[in-house]
Amino acid sequence: MELTLQLRKQQGGFLLDLDLTLSGERIGIFGPSGSGKSTLVSLLSGLSCPDAGRVLLNGQPLFDSRCRINLPPEQRRIALVFQQHALFPHLNVRQNLLYGYRRCPAAERRVELDEVAAVLGLSALLKQLPETLSGGERQRVALGRAVLAAPRLLVMDEPLSALDDDLRYRIIPYLKLVAERFKIPFMFISHSLVEMRLMAEQVAVLDKGALTALQTPEELARLRMGTSPAGYINLLELGQPRAEHGLLAFPWAGRELLLSGGSGHEPGLFELSSKDIILCKRHPEAISARNLLPCTVRALFGSGSKTGVELDCNGAPLIAEIVPAAAQELQITPGSTIWAAIKASAFRRLSSPCTFF
Amino acid sequence: MMFAPADMQAILLSAKVGSVATLVALPLGFCAAWLLAFGRFRGKLLLELLFNLPLTLPPVVVGYLLLLLLGVQGPLGKLLEPLGIRIIFTWKAAVIASVVVGFPLLVRSIRLAMEGIDPQLVQAARSLGAGPLDVILTVVLPLSRRGLMAGSSLFFARSLGEFGATIIIAGNIPGVTQTLPLAIYDYASSPRGEGTALLLCIVSVVLALVVLLLHETILQRKRGT
Repeated sequence: MELTLQLRKQQGGFLLDLDLTLSGERIGIFGPSGSGKSTLVSLLSGLSCPDAGRVLLNGQPLFDSRCRINLPPEQRRIALVFQQHALFPHLNVRQNLLYGYRRCPAAERRVELDEVAAVLGLSALLKQLPETLSGGERQRVALGRAVLAAPRLLVMDEPLSALDDDLRYRIIPYLKLVAERFKIPFMFISHSLVEMRLMAEQVAVLDKGALTALQTPEELARLRMGTSPAGYINLLELGQPRAEHGLLAFPWAGRELLLSGGSGHEPGLFELSSKDIILCKRHPEAISARNLLPCTVRALFGSGSKTGVELDCNGAPLIAEIVPAAAQELQITPGSTIWAAIKASAFRRLSSPCTFF
Repeated sequence: MMFAPADMQAILLSAKVGSVATLVALPLGFCAAWLLAFGRFRGKLLLELLFNLPLTLPPVVVGYLLLLLLGVQGPLGKLLEPLGIRIIFTWKAAVIASVVVGFPLLVRSIRLAMEGIDPQLVQAARSLGAGPLDVILTVVLPLSRRGLMAGSSLFFARSLGEFGATIIIAGNIPGVTQTLPLAIYDYASSPRGEGTALLLCIVSVVLALVVLLLHETILQRKRGT
């Protein structure tokens, strides 16, 4: 999928001025509120009209102010998933799911209701009205409805912001799964860097209506490590744990990580800040941190006033941050071996295993 | 005391005028409400004032203006005359009077319901491939259903009571254009008519109560969800 956006739109005191070409199947738009993300969605989908510019989707102009082309939303085949699901309250789940499907030319249809309902775990809910569903179920219906319309591009505008943390990280695998399985390229819009890293392969960063960077989510996360109070967030997929001396031992990268109790006795996605990793040149004989991992330094990178250390821990990557002076003192260079000490309480669970929610 | 055949005719005529007026006004009111709720165009305020004018104008004035418009010498009347269509002093004139006078009530109810529709539903429908008319039929219409029902019941009740405009363009011809209020007026001004007038008044009150009850039930259900 290739999307060219050359857009100018003045709205009161706010000016959106973009010129970029995005390609790939998983595009992210990242920025704080007020950066122009929602304006971009409405211009792209045809719900409002730019003052000037062009929008090309796979080479086809959806809007071109010079050639006076402006396809109405219903002809653009760009399906939207909103923060507030926007399900039709007078239609049941089945009718909601089929709304776009019925309006899609038969030759363009790629997916059938039964398959989407099965993948999203909605088969038992088809006769219910949206008001009887839970927040996660509603968002799954909204996603299914968009997918069944067989869009050329699926635009998800902060689709997880109305959900609580646990639900949010459990729904992400489904968003990806559905898009990949039914081969629908998507644009994922969010102000959360972690969501961006889990969803997108290329990220356009917006600020005050302008593009400030176009990079991979990983590059973005490293760049922001130095300025973000949370540091760089390592995302670890941990396996089924076993209890050990009041702690839980989770398998990870061919070894075990010890986490304090209250982490839940099930596999899941965990976050670990780069600030919570202490690097030691030699094996410390006695240390309170429960995890001591031998690592190889892969690379160093600067970010603000910090130095990021990319570690190779049995093949799995881990990012730690130190001040540049410490890097010199410890003589950390690519290829050197080092010990990473992590407290058992430094890990935070993002989600439970990927069951239906 | 029993109804005279003419009284019965008046009651039935009122019901007929009210029903036909509601059926005529409903689609027009829906379009007007849609324009006011979703339309973005110049002169919207003017249109809004025009639709609401009959609410504050004395019905007699409305009736007189309609008479000027539809009369044999009036601009519309002249157009209709060669086609053999005559409106004034027929029951159709009573329908037109009811439609014009009750229109603001109807539009207001429907518009309120439409303005309560989440704009994202319309946007979602468009992005899913529905054109503007499709959205009106499949999203806006069903979601303003309660406004339509509440508005029609109010409109119907208003139409049963229409007097001022009706007497001017439809006249007060027993069996032809004499509706319930006009019949009551006749009885009240005749020497021995008080009894029948009172009886017809009771019929009026009962009809009005039934319609209002219906209206409230619709509104209650709306609040309930």
